[in-house]
Amino acid sequence: MTDSLKNFILVTGHYGCGKTNFSINLAMDFLKKGRKVTMVDMDLVNPYFRTSDYRELLESKGIEVIAPVFGHTNLDLPSLPAAMYSIFDSKDLVICDVGGDDVGATVLGRFRPQFANFEYDMLYLVNHFRNMTSEPEEAVQILREIEAVSGLKANKIVNNSHLMYDTDEEVLLSGKAYAQKVAGILGIEVFCNTVKRELLDKGTIADTLKPVYPVDIYVKPQW
Amino acid sequence: MAEKVLMKGNEALGEAALRAGCRHFFGYPITPQTELSAYLSKNMPKVGGTFLQAESEVAAINMVLGAGATGVRAMTSSSSPGISLKSEGISYLAGSDVPCVIINVQRGGPGLGSIQPSQADYWQATKATGHGDFQLLVFAPSTVQEMADYVSIAFDTAEKYRVPAMILSDGMMGQMMEPVCFPDNAEVKMVEKPWAACGHENKRPHNIVNSLFIEAQELEKIVVERYKRYETIKANEQRAESYLTEDADIVLVAYGASSRVARSAVDAAREMGIKAGLVRPITLWPFPVNALEATVATAKQYLVVEMSMGQMVEDVQLVIGRRKPVSFYGRTGGIIPTPEEVLEQIKKLAGKEA
Repeated sequence: MTDSLKNFILVTGHYGCGKTNFSINLAMDFLKKGRKVTMVDMDLVNPYFRTSDYRELLESKGIEVIAPVFGHTNLDLPSLPAAMYSIFDSKDLVICDVGGDDVGATVLGRFRPQFANFEYDMLYLVNHFRNMTSEPEEAVQILREIEAVSGLKANKIVNNSHLMYDTDEEVLLSGKAYAQKVAGILGIEVFCNTVKRELLDKGTIADTLKPVYPVDIYVKPQW
Repeated sequence: MAEKVLMKGNEALGEAALRAGCRHFFGYPITPQTELSAYLSKNMPKVGGTFLQAESEVAAINMVLGAGATGVRAMTSSSSPGISLKSEGISYLAGSDVPCVIINVQRGGPGLGSIQPSQADYWQATKATGHGDFQLLVFAPSTVQEMADYVSIAFDTAEKYRVPAMILSDGMMGQMMEPVCFPDNAEVKMVEKPWAACGHENKRPHNIVNSLFIEAQELEKIVVERYKRYETIKANEQRAESYLTEDADIVLVAYGASSRVARSAVDAAREMGIKAGLVRPITLWPFPVNALEATVATAKQYLVVEMSMGQMVEDVQLVIGRRKPVSFYGRTGGIIPTPEEVLEQIKKLAGKEA
């Protein structure tokens, strides 16, 4: 399924919807297929639970990580590294983990000239169970804000609806229906419905969630 | 049944404040607390409340004093260095008997320190959040659900005793997400506040909310009366959770984020056949003396785990005295101890016993 994606993938969404975890999964999958992958941490806003936190893991697998100079440090200093400009010339498969909401996506606006005549997929992750995007209209509104500051248009929805350890089939099904509504309003496709890999074999989940994308959980507290 | 949603701890604190009837929030941004202010800036106007980003922490806490003096539910939030700035105002609030809720999403210190999680403000919260003889009610939630539940408990308790309440959280609790359930149609019980300076309309003598007393005798009388209230609070408001303590040889004591690490370590120790348990203080002031006292007869020793160089450990030592040994394990500066590190400590202590 991921084979249909372009070589430059932007992962956007409301903060806390699961962008970083999804991005890492995507990177690992492409790696398994023998692709060379560059992960770009574009989050200049949130100092916690971000791609830079997983730099060691990613680099140990041979994934190049480009991240804000002071990401994952004590310095609350939003500055982009020069290497960020190289991603538009990269031969690698590039995955950009963009910061949450319009505030996080503002970084993309910086690259508006580079995006002109450039091929990319912009994924918009949604989670029905994040309290501020629980209604489809709220998710649509947040994407409109992201599109306004970035000057880019999302072309695929990723349904990342879950309730952590309380996720069951009912949760997944209502998440799927919700994502379809979001996609309907926006007039774009639902690219996939994610599900924690361990849940894939439960009941009829694999069938009912088609197109399903199993994910491993990397982003979690350490206890 | 109310629906579950996925929230960050900081967002849950904000939503809980709205549901607790708080309509006055005064704050100033600081990592790792900012989502709370951001949440209320979006949602407070929707319920007709006042969200105000002040020009500084000092201004914000004095706005809480002003609003609280009129009897409304007022709240502010910050992180460690910001709480230090607020400490003068917090002392004024305590000295004026104005209830309110103050949130501290702790980060590493001292100074500007780090923006990673920490529990190094325990002493500040429980002993000296400002000058003078006074105490705050201090609540330490350890799940996002508790973050949601304890805001209204903090308001209720603060108003019951006319004592400011603090929720002592940390960057990890503030930033992590968990499923949360808010009860449907939970009723907010606002107590009568005959002391509030909210307009007498010529129907009663005017109220004065004040912390300045010209006569020393008068001030002493007021402080002594306040300390009698503190004794009632100590008797009635202690809260703690005891986990596998009945037969525990080694009792861990930890609150907030480090209690989650400690609980994992206790489970791992049990799997190895070491009888470990956990006392998790939920109120840090009043300190849950009773819950600890209940373990002294059976426990052989104690291990206090904190994200600091060792602060709460002194309160544990005060309770246990010389009856049983009390050890300490901590990480500081923004580092969270891992369950493996804590398990190592438990194993070492268990070895000592044999």
